[in-house]
Amino acid sequence: MINIILGFLSTIGALSILFASIGLIRMPDFYLRLSVTVKASTLGVGLFLICAAIMFPNDISVTTKAIAIIFFLIITAPVAAHMIARTAYITGTPLWKETVIDELHGMYNKETHELKSDPEEAEAENPPETDSSNGQIADSEETTE
Amino acid sequence: MTLGTYFDYVILPILTLSVLLVFVRIAKGPSVVDRVVALDVMITIGIGIITIYSIRQNEEVLLDVAIILALIAFLGTIAFSYYIEKQKDD
Repeated sequence: MINIILGFLSTIGALSILFASIGLIRMPDFYLRLSVTVKASTLGVGLFLICAAIMFPNDISVTTKAIAIIFFLIITAPVAAHMIARTAYITGTPLWKETVIDELHGMYNKETHELKSDPEEAEAENPPETDSSNGQIADSEETTE
Repeated sequence: MTLGTYFDYVILPILTLSVLLVFVRIAKGPSVVDRVVALDVMITIGIGIITIYSIRQNEEVLLDVAIILALIAFLGTIAFSYYIEKQKDD
């Protein structure tokens, strides 16, 4: 019975990690890749650690360590993903060419990297340039180098 | 099929294949942030491999390494994003 539970959990974990890697390869731009990989890989590793906690039932230290790692991963993965996505947007990583809406466009002050929530206030401080090529929607996939 | 052979012949090859796929993204890029995210995912998969290996070998001490790796992955991503944002030109 324990074996069936362990096999089930580890299979789900391995498949979600595999799908995260395939998404990292196949997704067309950076933001989609980020949204696929961070959640799926955290879920997979969390399931593996639950497997380890079930596997050593007489050892309380393994359970404690597994819970600590899962807690730490769940706390830190969204923070790291948010930081790297913010950096990517500020440094001008292009969006996918079929992106429908870019609500952050013009909201970041280019000098101080402050984010404004009111569109008029942001426009007063950071006037939009007339050149349409300044938008971050890329013409084709993977154009930056 | 016992659980040990299942871990050895199914789970670990799937994880190895995942690391190879992530490595393709690290090699291709195209930008620095792509590589940072791919490195983060690769270290996370490394935590999973260490966990499965510790189950297989009955060595629960190896989970300490997983704790350190999780810490290093977080700190690495935060440091990379901080300094990439600070630099003037790409």
